[in-house]
Amino acid sequence: MTKIEKTTTALIVSGILALGATACGGGDEGDAGGGGGASGTIAVDGSSTVFPFAQAAAEGFGQENPGARVTVGESGTGGGFEKFCAGETDVSNASRPIKEEEIAACRKAATRYAELQVANDGIAVVTNPGLKVDCLTTAQLKELWNTGSDVKTLRELDPKLPDTELSLFGPGTDSGTFDFFTEEINGEEGATRKDYQPSEDDNVLVQGVAGDGGGLGYFGFSYYEQNQDKLNLVGVDGGGGCVKPSKATIQDNSYKPLSRPLFMYVSDKALVKPQVKAFLDFVIANQATVAENAQIVALTPAQLERSRQALSRLAPA
Amino acid sequence: MSARRAREVGFHGVLLGCLSLSVLLLGLLLYDVVSDGASRLSVDLLNRFPSFDPQRAGLESAFWGTVWLMGTCAAFIVPVGVATAVYLEEYADRERWWNRLIEVNVQNLAAVPSIVYGILGLAFLVRGPLSLGRVVLAGALTLGLLVLPVVIIAAREAIRAVPSSIREGSLALGATQWQTIWRQVLPAAVPGIATGVILALSRAIGETAPLILVGAATFVAFNPSGLDSGFTALPLQIFNWISQPQPEFKVLAAAGIIVLLMLLLTMNAAAIWLRNRYERKW
Repeated sequence: MTKIEKTTTALIVSGILALGATACGGGDEGDAGGGGGASGTIAVDGSSTVFPFAQAAAEGFGQENPGARVTVGESGTGGGFEKFCAGETDVSNASRPIKEEEIAACRKAATRYAELQVANDGIAVVTNPGLKVDCLTTAQLKELWNTGSDVKTLRELDPKLPDTELSLFGPGTDSGTFDFFTEEINGEEGATRKDYQPSEDDNVLVQGVAGDGGGLGYFGFSYYEQNQDKLNLVGVDGGGGCVKPSKATIQDNSYKPLSRPLFMYVSDKALVKPQVKAFLDFVIANQATVAENAQIVALTPAQLERSRQALSRLAPA
Repeated sequence: MSARRAREVGFHGVLLGCLSLSVLLLGLLLYDVVSDGASRLSVDLLNRFPSFDPQRAGLESAFWGTVWLMGTCAAFIVPVGVATAVYLEEYADRERWWNRLIEVNVQNLAAVPSIVYGILGLAFLVRGPLSLGRVVLAGALTLGLLVLPVVIIAAREAIRAVPSSIREGSLALGATQWQTIWRQVLPAAVPGIATGVILALSRAIGETAPLILVGAATFVAFNPSGLDSGFTALPLQIFNWISQPQPEFKVLAAAGIIVLLMLLLTMNAAAIWLRNRYERKW
């Protein structure tokens, strides 16, 4: 029996050691310093719309500063602010400006912060290529998407438009794009008709619209850019004539009202850490390259200058 | 053919039908994933960090994050799970109401949705009393709590399967209860316990929801350096790739699923080897 006892003990111990050893084997490269000066951890979290930008920024920063350890999460704009004001993260990504109640939470924790615009985002309204529509007004979009709407064909909006029966697609209620679209088009955040196909995954929306002869939907502009050959882009008339979304019209905000700025928030406490300061300096200095890598619309020089000033106001001299 | 005989054949046929349906579905799933992801499956995948550029992206940090999570999780669930099982089987007096309460609770906990454990982990491990922060230890303990009931139930079955004649023989020869458990019961129960632990880890390795809640980040370009290090894990990386707009990331996600499956199969193979090595007939 002692043989079995010994082998069992040995087995359990060696099993745990083996797991531990392989685990440690992987950790060695992490701390290699050198290269760029900044080191230490930087916790970034927030909007999933800003995530591709933050990831590209973290990657570029990590290549210049191998000692820095940047983590980027995507728990949503609201979830990000909650962690940010609780002091759990250094930088918070947001697809809208901070709200009153979030400001109150930050004040309570005595967190001062700076709001930096880092990129621009636009929502594209698209249809199946077989459904020929060139332009819709915001009033028509509202008639189509508002609570209680029973519009079944575009002809009900305008006698000149096709009478194909529509299949509607849009982002799920957790998405920042959903909040933004319903607020701008239907006049109240969260107000929408219910009989459309929702998905948190924008690819599902692209496939839905592309695969259905009456498909109509809305989602982030970058998803349209990726799938231009499968979709028909609809211009939006917000009162000043029809504008199709493009890099230029989103940047100068003439694609109204479906373009918006994207932000990174940083607190004064986090900015004291040299690595956080270095990271944001990197973001400002390389904003155009990062935006291009993340396939998101970059800032205009004036927007960039405003962000640079906001950062230097908060940063200790 | 008599009616009895016909029913016999018919029942057999239905069983075979059910079996082949599930095997067929599993086969289709595997075929689909392998045909999608095989082109990106290479050593490079394990040697690169995530990136915005699908050509350069890999899952090194996610792979080592998962290995760290599983190692830490195993180091937590083996002693705690086995000790609980030993108590419930060898010491607990079933006449007492609190022991019955514990038993019922352990069984119910095995069915609690994983997201609930995520909330528990966030409130008590990441914040609250322990305030560990968003680190490997918090993630591993949350996963450990999630699968602990599985280990306890499996270990209890294994301990119960040891014939009582072995215990009685040991006690009759003057061994204490501790000596009996440590030298007779546990060694004989190792195959069953090991199987339970591996099943538990196999469940833990695929969990995403609780890890998101305890704050595993999605983009992490470094490997964990210790229990207090930030981390990501394979299911999170796969989830992130699937929700990217570029089609190349879909291929990467499929390759990531293959890596996760291979890790899982390796763990299961180890369990089968252990069971065969230590199995004894009474």
